[in-house]
Amino acid sequence: MKHLTANEFATKYKPLVGAVIAIALIFLAPAVMSVYSLGLLSKYLCYAMVAIGIGLAWGQGGMLTLGQGLFFGLGAYVMAIHMKLEDIGPNQVPDFMSQYGITQVPGFWELFRNPVIAVIGVAAVPGIVAAVLGLAVFGRGVRGAYFAILSQALVAAFAVLLIGQSKTTGGTNGLNDFKGFFGYDLTDPANKRMIYYICAFLTLAMVLIVYWIRRSFIGNLIIGVRDQENRMKFLGYNPASIKVFAFSVAAMFAGIGGAMFVPVVGIISPSDISVTPSILMLAGVVIGGRTTLLGPLVGTLIIRFAETQLSEAYPSAWTYLEGLIFILVIAFVPMGLGQFKGVWPWIKEKLGIGVSGPVKAEAVKA
Amino acid sequence: MGMLFPQIVAGLSNGSILLLAALGLSLTFGQMGVINNAHGEFMMAGAYTAYVTSTIIGNKAVSLGVALVVGFVVAGLLGLLLDVLLLERMRNRPLDTLLVTFGVSLVLQQLARDIFGATPVYAEAPDALTNPVTVFGYSFSAGRLFIFILSIVCVAALYAVLKLTPLGRQIRATSENRDLAEVSGISTKTVDHITFFLGSGIAGIAGVALSLLNSISFNFGTTFIVQAFLVVVAGGVGQLKGAVIASFVLGLAQSAIELPTSASIGQMAIFLIVVVFLQFRPQGLVSIRSRNLA
Repeated sequence: MKHLTANEFATKYKPLVGAVIAIALIFLAPAVMSVYSLGLLSKYLCYAMVAIGIGLAWGQGGMLTLGQGLFFGLGAYVMAIHMKLEDIGPNQVPDFMSQYGITQVPGFWELFRNPVIAVIGVAAVPGIVAAVLGLAVFGRGVRGAYFAILSQALVAAFAVLLIGQSKTTGGTNGLNDFKGFFGYDLTDPANKRMIYYICAFLTLAMVLIVYWIRRSFIGNLIIGVRDQENRMKFLGYNPASIKVFAFSVAAMFAGIGGAMFVPVVGIISPSDISVTPSILMLAGVVIGGRTTLLGPLVGTLIIRFAETQLSEAYPSAWTYLEGLIFILVIAFVPMGLGQFKGVWPWIKEKLGIGVSGPVKAEAVKA
Repeated sequence: MGMLFPQIVAGLSNGSILLLAALGLSLTFGQMGVINNAHGEFMMAGAYTAYVTSTIIGNKAVSLGVALVVGFVVAGLLGLLLDVLLLERMRNRPLDTLLVTFGVSLVLQQLARDIFGATPVYAEAPDALTNPVTVFGYSFSAGRLFIFILSIVCVAALYAVLKLTPLGRQIRATSENRDLAEVSGISTKTVDHITFFLGSGIAGIAGVALSLLNSISFNFGTTFIVQAFLVVVAGGVGQLKGAVIASFVLGLAQSAIELPTSASIGQMAIFLIVVVFLQFRPQGLVSIRSRNLA
């Protein structure tokens, strides 16, 4: 039997090794963190799920989506509706509805009373909306800036709609004050830990899915469409369907992230998902590196952690910093942390340690 | 007729507001492919200029006149600064400018909050513009009429600059074929700077004018920016008339839909109209014909 060196072993079983390390970290966290910080980490992970999807759609697929808040919101509201109905029991209406004199919950609420439909819905509803929208816009060759603007307008319209239809959506206040999560008491620390585990494993699963997509033939098609759409067309591929696939996967990730956001944070309102929050969901991807596998996850964890640390103590300075991150990183370090990928091989080469292959430059193409 | 006429007037008024907000955006987007997310904050800068002049100058009419000029210059210089410092180095990746300018808009909003405070302020309008005027037995808001006229004046002035002056010729040449313009002796870099100054300056004028109708706060621009973007997308790139038609059509459609339903439905409908419209004309209403596949 051939013996593998440590290096060969690492290359061959990279995803497996990564997953084992990740699982170890996931189980380590509750041991060293308080319940409160664990809740914060869960919240960061919800945003990270959105970011992983954005990494696929924007980094790989070249679709700059400024409206992930829409899908985040769809997933979140589906989950929130289910949890609310579960709290109040059958034949009751939430408090805000009874204030308007509504005695029966509307049809789209009733649909998500069933827990199975709700769980499927948090991914399916955003996925279907993204697919329909994608078929409409990508099918007609709408791309680049036009697509970005449309996605932004869509999320703006969605937020306005939620506020306008306050009788059935809770309006500006959103939906909040949840007691239970599929029958588990949300105040119990053990259940909070359980929710953290769900978030962590969902995030891990998404990273692995994106890893698999990037390695697969579909991944090559997605990159091909990003860099040379016309050439892909001439080769006989339909760029629209490839884009719809990547966009829908991103939307489903965002929806699942939004769904977990509700039990973690305990509220979902239009201000969590409107235009500015949607663009801020890109911040982690920008910092971490849009084309890298782990960049969006790492970047999001960094920026959300920094936000918690700084935004309350120095709200004004934090906004400046947030703005400057977008300005400086995009203008001068467009690949984010991923830009420093080539640094280590470069140092090794200069010092003459180890054998390093050519450093692959990943082209930024808008 | 009794219901229809005031509604058309409301629609035209909405359209002229959209047009003022979108005009500068359409110029810079068409010219350089730069999507300026900070355009709304340039409008905010114009609005705050109106506030500052109204506190300095006693006469409200004079103050408004001064504000229109100063607002143009202030916003224009902000735009020029943005272009020289950041956007110039990003000409080959226009999509990224969207995010950079978003960062700029965050910084400008916070700056306004720190300087002027979080509570909204008002720039007092001249009395002539606050009283309604009566035409054909219908009464209109004079402020809205003023904005309507101003938007037409701005379009006409911009059109004249683009069509009649050497500068306008250079701007058009650059937007149609950058390389050919460059080899013909046009400094496209300078033309870009001037275009950006103009486009941002118009945002400043829009801000001054719209401060007549709205209170001024740090998020003044965010009210208009998304719809202004939609106008640019629907109107098509590089042509003024696309933006003009799109603004008024969307303005009329919005007021027609809003009346029987609600403002939120109206906004949703505008979005759907634009998406459906793009099914038929993916490049917008008016597009320059070219042999480019994209």
